[in-house]
Amino acid sequence: MPPGEAPLLEARAVGKRFGGLAALAEVSLTIRRGEIYGLIGPNGAGKTTFFNCLTGLYRATEGAFLLDGAPLTGLKPHAIVARGIARTFQNIRLFANMTALENVMVGRHARTRSGVLGAILGTAATRAEERDTVDRARALLAYVGIEARADDLAKHLPYGDQRRLEIARALATEPRLLALDEPAAGMNATETAALRGLLERLRGDGVTLLLIEHDVALVMGLCDRVAVLDYGRRIAEGSPAEVRADPQVITAYLGGALP
Amino acid sequence: MTGVGRRLRASSWQGSPRLAWAAFAALGVLLAALPFLVDAGMGRSWVRILDFALLYVMLALGLNIVVGFAGLLDLGYVAFYAVGAYVYALLASPHFGIHLPFWALLPLGAAFACLAGVLLGAPTLRLRGDYLAIVTLGFGEIVRIFLNNLNAPINVTNGPQGVNLIDPIRFGDTALHPSVTLFGVTLPGTHAHYYLFLALTLLTVFVAFRLQRSRIGRAWVAIREDEVAAVAMGINTRNVKLLAFAMGATFGGVGGGLFAAFQGFVSPESFTLLESIMILCMVVLGGMGHIPGVMLGALLLTVLPELLRYIGPLQTAVLGHVAVDPSDLRMLLFGIALVAVMIFRPEGLWPSPQRARELSPDNPDETRQEQETLVDASR
Repeated sequence: MPPGEAPLLEARAVGKRFGGLAALAEVSLTIRRGEIYGLIGPNGAGKTTFFNCLTGLYRATEGAFLLDGAPLTGLKPHAIVARGIARTFQNIRLFANMTALENVMVGRHARTRSGVLGAILGTAATRAEERDTVDRARALLAYVGIEARADDLAKHLPYGDQRRLEIARALATEPRLLALDEPAAGMNATETAALRGLLERLRGDGVTLLLIEHDVALVMGLCDRVAVLDYGRRIAEGSPAEVRADPQVITAYLGGALP
Repeated sequence: MTGVGRRLRASSWQGSPRLAWAAFAALGVLLAALPFLVDAGMGRSWVRILDFALLYVMLALGLNIVVGFAGLLDLGYVAFYAVGAYVYALLASPHFGIHLPFWALLPLGAAFACLAGVLLGAPTLRLRGDYLAIVTLGFGEIVRIFLNNLNAPINVTNGPQGVNLIDPIRFGDTALHPSVTLFGVTLPGTHAHYYLFLALTLLTVFVAFRLQRSRIGRAWVAIREDEVAAVAMGINTRNVKLLAFAMGATFGGVGGGLFAAFQGFVSPESFTLLESIMILCMVVLGGMGHIPGVMLGALLLTVLPELLRYIGPLQTAVLGHVAVDPSDLRMLLFGIALVAVMIFRPEGLWPSPQRARELSPDNPDETRQEQETLVDASR
């Protein structure tokens, strides 16, 4: 990190307990502006719990998240979106009975203002905002490559396109940090390759990405830096090459070390 | 939207705006002439039923915001109707000796109902589905029981006797009841109310459409579809849900005020659970979330039960005597009709094109796509 530049996101000793179970314990990591940061770990290591704490769906029991130096502690999920963190879900959560375009338009909610009165009266400001919402939503659908499906219901899109739509919808919130929970899950090799192209393009356009992923090849090839979680603890952080060579990581993934 | 749907719409509307305007004009003329046609053909009492039908269209559109758009099952909607009606009744009758004008009372009733909507909404925000339904049901009953018992120690609502001699709707010196004379033409009160209700219904429809196609309308549907995802999109679900309750309640309050003025009398009996369920039936039967469908549902469920009253005279004509009491048979037939609709058209009589496709996979193209999605998902 160049001296003087603060990280985009900093997790400081984040912990989350469910009763007696420590799902996360003292997880600290820093995500730099413009990088793709991978979060990996065996099943049940606490990756999604970390995501849920970050986005406010869970309240962390200890520690804090800082976005651009400002703490996110105690903020409601919608307020965290407004601060600039958007996410996708491991099991796709689109608005199934809305069209692809409408899904992305909902993503504009936090960045638009018009209320009931403006809508009923059809004020100039409301109409301008609505036009802008549609334009931006169309542009985002084109960006992820599914503009042809704009008027299809989300649930009728093929699986790969649903993943793309979820990313477009998250991008509509104008995030500073985009958190993707297993975006390649259930994809075949072709779809994964296409997704990788999209994520690289996002990085090229200056979006910072936090990526949970099981596909190790994808993570190692794509991420600038990687952190590994095991039993709720961060056991390694560094470049993909460093992490791959880390004995603790090998133990976590392959079981006890060979004699 | 399938290609077929798009072409169909394009050919019927955008393709020939002149045809659309002609259809609108014809509909306008029909709506304007309707009370006279009905009066001549079926009698004055049917004009009254027509008035009530319009009232129920307003109520159903209000409930549709809560149930159809935001997906919050509200079984106590009639409470807001009651609030609107009693605000009007208490402030424009000899009961307190207060006689506020119509133009002030209608917004006041709407505002009170809106407040009641927020009061109901606030504690129920965390509840969903069955639990929400039970709490709203309780709320509806609480309001009715309050109205029934608030005659002591201070007589506020006059208890089960209700409030009588409510002022008719009045514009300046012209009252709509018992009859209106405009430009030398005398219009019966029922007809005059019809035109007022029609105007307000059209306004309600307009507002409902505007809301549906707005940022807030999309947020309502998003919450209905997936609340967690809606939150993750930056929607403040608490405020947006409260807004749905408040808007729905406001519609109910306006309807209640009109009801009080039209009847000239209100009592707690008019605001029972059955009434809430009737309005919900209108929404569900017509096609939840689809404004034209909900309107159709409201019209049918107001007119059909009245038509079934003719079963009595019909029996006399065919059998020579009344074999089954028409009021018993009426509810039976009504129930059978409801069950039949739910079995054969679960999406409602006139659902939105999207919802229709969702519930009836007749479209081969659609089905194929669905299967592809499934195959995709299982990979």
